[in-house]
Amino acid sequence: MGRYVIRRLLQFIPTVFFTMFLLHYLTSVAIQFTGNPVRALFGDRRPPQHVLDQFTRALGLDDPCLEQKLNPCFGIFGDRLTNIFLHFDFGTDLRFRPVTDIVADALPYTVRLALIALAFDAVIGLLAGLLAGLRGGSFWDYLVKISTVLVISVPTFVLGLMAQQFGGVNLSNWMREQAWIPELISRGIFTTSYKPDYPWASLVVPGLVLGALNLATTARLTRTSIQENIRADYVRTAKAKGLAQKRVVGVHTLRNSLIPVVTNLGIDMGVLMGGAVVTEGIFNIPGLGRAILSGILRGEAPVLIGIVTLLVLVYLFANLLVDVLYAVLDPRIRYD
Amino acid sequence: MSPVAQTDSVTQTDSVTATDISVKPNGGLALDPTAPLLEVRDLKVDFRTRYGVAHAVNGVSFHVRPGETLAILGESGCGKSVTAQAVMGIIDSPPGFVTGGEVRFRGVDLLKLPEEERRRVRANHIAMIFQDALSALNPVFTVGFQLGELFRKHRGATRAEARKRAIELLDMVRIPAAAQRVHDFPHQFSGGMRQRVMIAMSLALDPDVLIADEPTTALDVTVQAQIMKLLADLQAERNMGLILITHDMGVVADVADRISVMYAGRIVEEAPVHDIYANPAHPYTKALLESIPRLDQKGQELNVIRGLPPNLANIPPGCSFNPRCRYAQDVCRKDPPPPQFTVDVGRTSACHFWKDVIGRG
Amino acid sequence: MTDPMMSTLPTTETGGGVVPGAAGPGAAGAEERKERSASLWADAWRDLRKNVVFLISCFIILVIGSMALFPKLWTSQDPQACHPRYSKLPPSWEHPFGYSVTGCDYYAQAIHGARPSLTIAILATIGILLVGGTLGILAGFYGGWLDAIISRITDIFFSLPFLLGAIVFLSLLKPNEPAAQVASITGVLIVLGWVTIARITRGSVIATRALDYVQAARALGASNARLMFRHILPNAVAPAIVVATIALGSFVSAEATITFIGVGLRAPAVSWGTMIATHQQYINSDPWLLAFPGGLLVATVLAFILAGDALRDALDPRLR
Repeated sequence: MGRYVIRRLLQFIPTVFFTMFLLHYLTSVAIQFTGNPVRALFGDRRPPQHVLDQFTRALGLDDPCLEQKLNPCFGIFGDRLTNIFLHFDFGTDLRFRPVTDIVADALPYTVRLALIALAFDAVIGLLAGLLAGLRGGSFWDYLVKISTVLVISVPTFVLGLMAQQFGGVNLSNWMREQAWIPELISRGIFTTSYKPDYPWASLVVPGLVLGALNLATTARLTRTSIQENIRADYVRTAKAKGLAQKRVVGVHTLRNSLIPVVTNLGIDMGVLMGGAVVTEGIFNIPGLGRAILSGILRGEAPVLIGIVTLLVLVYLFANLLVDVLYAVLDPRIRYD
Repeated sequence: MSPVAQTDSVTQTDSVTATDISVKPNGGLALDPTAPLLEVRDLKVDFRTRYGVAHAVNGVSFHVRPGETLAILGESGCGKSVTAQAVMGIIDSPPGFVTGGEVRFRGVDLLKLPEEERRRVRANHIAMIFQDALSALNPVFTVGFQLGELFRKHRGATRAEARKRAIELLDMVRIPAAAQRVHDFPHQFSGGMRQRVMIAMSLALDPDVLIADEPTTALDVTVQAQIMKLLADLQAERNMGLILITHDMGVVADVADRISVMYAGRIVEEAPVHDIYANPAHPYTKALLESIPRLDQKGQELNVIRGLPPNLANIPPGCSFNPRCRYAQDVCRKDPPPPQFTVDVGRTSACHFWKDVIGRG
Repeated sequence: MTDPMMSTLPTTETGGGVVPGAAGPGAAGAEERKERSASLWADAWRDLRKNVVFLISCFIILVIGSMALFPKLWTSQDPQACHPRYSKLPPSWEHPFGYSVTGCDYYAQAIHGARPSLTIAILATIGILLVGGTLGILAGFYGGWLDAIISRITDIFFSLPFLLGAIVFLSLLKPNEPAAQVASITGVLIVLGWVTIARITRGSVIATRALDYVQAARALGASNARLMFRHILPNAVAPAIVVATIALGSFVSAEATITFIGVGLRAPAVSWGTMIATHQQYINSDPWLLAFPGGLLVATVLAFILAGDALRDALDPRLR
């Protein structure tokens, strides 16, 4: 096991390096093809050239390699790497506010949102998948099959808009007229946007929207996994050993069934990151997603690149953890 | 691990302390020590699928005595594994259903027992090993865990005791360095070793009957011989009844005392092993023996049984072998199917014309 | 990202060891089966023909496809003929979807809006099949250092979260004309999406390559190219086709999401995504403005995903 972890760690370092480079290269190419982003941020105004140059230099965008299409810009890459790993500097926005500050401000909201989404994903997803898998062909099975396909087919933003309308407006209005429903629910949970008064409650519905896709995926994966494992040979052996059905399913089958679900957690994180942009936008949550949206709106390329770089690093690290967790669950992996 | 005296107590021995994990709980089963060890009578199993009902087992009867090895011989799909699983009570239901017959263990009909008691019979009195040990063992638990859980769940042992027993078991099946290997996972063993682990697991609680479903089919020939010898030795030590399910006639010749030949869910012939090889009394058995390639027939065309086994959802009336049988006459093609004719002491054949079959042998 | 692709991938990454032409069980039916073709695709087609869900999905896809290809068949109105006077008028007989906020016929917009969404999705899917499929086959077939390199590259691309990456690259590219927008969205989808096809294809080529009949062909002297095309490809391709079908739905969804965020298609281009994005604030007052494009969007994605699911079940030899 130890050797496996070390091997994964050793693989991790070049993966980070090359992924950073890929991100850098793709963004550089985009800038090379579309021109200096600094110009865009002034909108219709035409600032004097020296102002433009000053901004460009200050944001590290003055390297001539950015004028040549497809130039890999190793210089800029090297600078960026040293900034990130030695100075923990992910760049600044166009008002020279460090990205790390922006992230620090926005992070708590996104973390809370993500935790709620993950909770929905893990709890409801697993339960639904278990129920459907253990009772194949039953009502539950069909219910889960159909509802998960529906959820997957509805883009997150459509789901978000619907939830915001029905939950935050229609249902909330109705609830507020019912005296017996506490404020926490009628105003806190069923609200159209984030409310600082209800830091957790107002994130429940957005969290559900954000976690919906992962929930459906987890449910489907769990269901399939259980159905496959229930028919496995080792289950027959466990029964032949005279073990109680509860143990056969709860210990033997479950452990094997959870393996693909856990390994999917890594991908789940990536989905969460993208979905957060949409969800935070709709529900006006001041998290990382909305920071990205404002970056887009204001054309602040460096902020976007900075935040996304940070998120990619987090994603890579999360996948590393998931890989280790996978090896913990599945001993066959450890000895590859 | 010293085998506990193989007397089946009729009542529960309450003089035994809870920590004595060597003693089998009977759970109130009224076992009759004078009754045959295992007797299956007219067992019928159906599989109900959306394509129709497959009659996997159609009135199978056999018996096993202590210390005896019965081989159930037949080709793939004849229903031998289903029979074994029905005896153990581990058929997936749905789609499989036991629709008739008796499975009497020391006089007690297991089919009529409630599941709780039936569960206690498994591994304690009747155990089973399977063909592919790699898929039959749980890949995510150590061998020690899988062996130990038998003691922990059936005998109330602690983890430490269970581990000790597990190591003893591994020793018993001649796995070297048992104390270290008990922490290993199934995929870390070779094929032959894994099969030994399965054998150890099945014998952990000292069963009276062991059912081995194609135990060597997935193994190399040299390993096959070792495993069969191990089984034979362990059986002799414990005076255990062994039911060997196989399609390999070579394996059977060495090991079995009696053979029941199965075809399309029915037993077509039953005889002591030498008699079957010397002088088969059923056309199917005879054709099987004739189809074995022989060195002294080099250069000649191989004998095959023409045709194919019947679709179990669509078994022909009368004798199910009749479309492929060279002795078949009209009576063979009409219901009822042939009864078991007594050929000799301890020999039966389900063929109207068994005399002709033997005569020409 | 709205990643239905990942959620509906076959559970074994190696593509499930697709075996062609396995003779059916219960051999008394063998005589009948001899007459019917025994290939994987023929068997699958036979099952699919009877699958109601699959047929309905195909029907929906055809309908939407015809909207994209022949919008004039569906509406005679010009989606660009807009009069502010008609802004947000509710549905009526002549204008079944009513009017948009700028006074354009909403039904016409919805019909014409099918084209960019579908175009992007189809082009992107073809793209990932070509890029991912080729790399996957090469990696799986030749193994060795080629496989090592391609696999590392795949891992690295996998490390970029889909929607996040798409947003960043598109926000930097920011094309202004519809054609350029379509091209850049398609390009970004391909760059980020080829990895799933590559992995699946590689896995199933590796599984198929080891099968006995391929060894037999090689022993009979088949060249590498012949092995690849005649023997491995038809079967290794099956999981990839399933993923591609689901990817189609996935990309329709992704394009709408990207457009909604603001980095995808923009005015004057009209797609379901732009329609929803433009009218999102009217969800309370005039919900039908969102219901129509939203409904079409969901129906399309659903159809592709259901079709892909049905395909996957039909092609799975283990379920025979």
